[in-house]
Amino acid sequence: MAKTPVTLVTGFLGSGKTTLISRLLAHPDMGETAVIVNELGEIGIDHHLLRRVDERTVLLDSGCVCCTLRGDLADELRDLDSRRTRGEIPDFRRVVVETTGLADPAPIVYTLAAEPVVRHHFELEGIVATVDAQGGLVEDESLKQVAVADVLVLTKVDVAAADGLESRLRALNPGAEIFETAFGEIEPGLLFDRPGKDPRDVAVPEVQEHVHDSGIRAFSLLFDEQLDWTAFGIWLTMLLQARGSDLLRVKGLLNVGGEGPLLLNGVQHVVHPPEHLDAWPDDDRRSRIVFIGRDLDPEAVERSLLAFNAASH
Amino acid sequence: MCGLCGVLLNEHWAEEGGGRRARGFRVVLVNRVLDHYGLSLSDWAGSVYTLRDRKGSSAVVTDVGTLWAEAEKLAGRPLDPLDPGLLSALG
Repeated sequence: MAKTPVTLVTGFLGSGKTTLISRLLAHPDMGETAVIVNELGEIGIDHHLLRRVDERTVLLDSGCVCCTLRGDLADELRDLDSRRTRGEIPDFRRVVVETTGLADPAPIVYTLAAEPVVRHHFELEGIVATVDAQGGLVEDESLKQVAVADVLVLTKVDVAAADGLESRLRALNPGAEIFETAFGEIEPGLLFDRPGKDPRDVAVPEVQEHVHDSGIRAFSLLFDEQLDWTAFGIWLTMLLQARGSDLLRVKGLLNVGGEGPLLLNGVQHVVHPPEHLDAWPDDDRRSRIVFIGRDLDPEAVERSLLAFNAASH
Repeated sequence: MCGLCGVLLNEHWAEEGGGRRARGFRVVLVNRVLDHYGLSLSDWAGSVYTLRDRKGSSAVVTDVGTLWAEAEKLAGRPLDPLDPGLLSALG
């Protein structure tokens, strides 16, 4: 059976998550959607598949902060699935999870990737982050939410122009798609079931020198030489152990010698199983990796990966 | 990488594909890194790895994801792949 896609909606306090979700749920295309939220009252509409969770995290004994299992979420997803199987609730074909404004998205991503039952029945389709065009990026949490997102929704553009903010968002997360909304109005097709999105589209940041106050920046590295996959795996696992909490996102196309590239995609310590793609997006066969991290020196990262790769020859 | 990642995920992402030959090569490469910290790794029947220091302490690790946290414990210090000292030792 196909896995049910899960979309995570994150965003800082007051950035318009609830308005966005309320409007989306009212759309006819969103009928078969189960929604997991933190506050039932705030959504303000009746929805037969609306569930509430407390932010209960289980810190694994030997784990780091981002490798925590969100036990509440795992319980809720397992329950949704078993009740669907028993016919106690209507069938649903997608799940939307709303986080609190202060929530770290990484444990949710980890739960979906690692909890044995959950990962069998569900898969993360994408992360949507709302950003208040008026309030902008104010706290470290909101920067992190932006850094790990696939789609950024600029809200309240009716009251504030988003020009300057958009370039800051592009510097923080060059790969994310950005949409503007007023009053939470957005076509569900822009956020869910996005077949037009090419996984090979690994955006290389145009502004490489931008350093945000928080030390978070995006940078990309290009490698002419073929990368040895075994050496790369050793290198990245070691880097994640040493700097995992500062490495918010890594995404790339690697030339490891096959017909097409290897697609790499990770959010903090959670790296999705690498995917072999059939073909390169263009004639450029260089490996390209985009890092979004805090206080990471691009030159040091490049030097290190090259040294590990050279050790494999 | 947290200790349970390798247990919860069937196969660690960094060890996908390649079979026994890649596994053997992985041990050789990891040992080039671990040598800088006075540690060594050996394959145990193709299923897990054994990590050792020079004083006789050892630990069993399931995959390369759980390896580095255990290696830090045995070495008693952080293992940083960006450390210039390590990179010159590799070169």
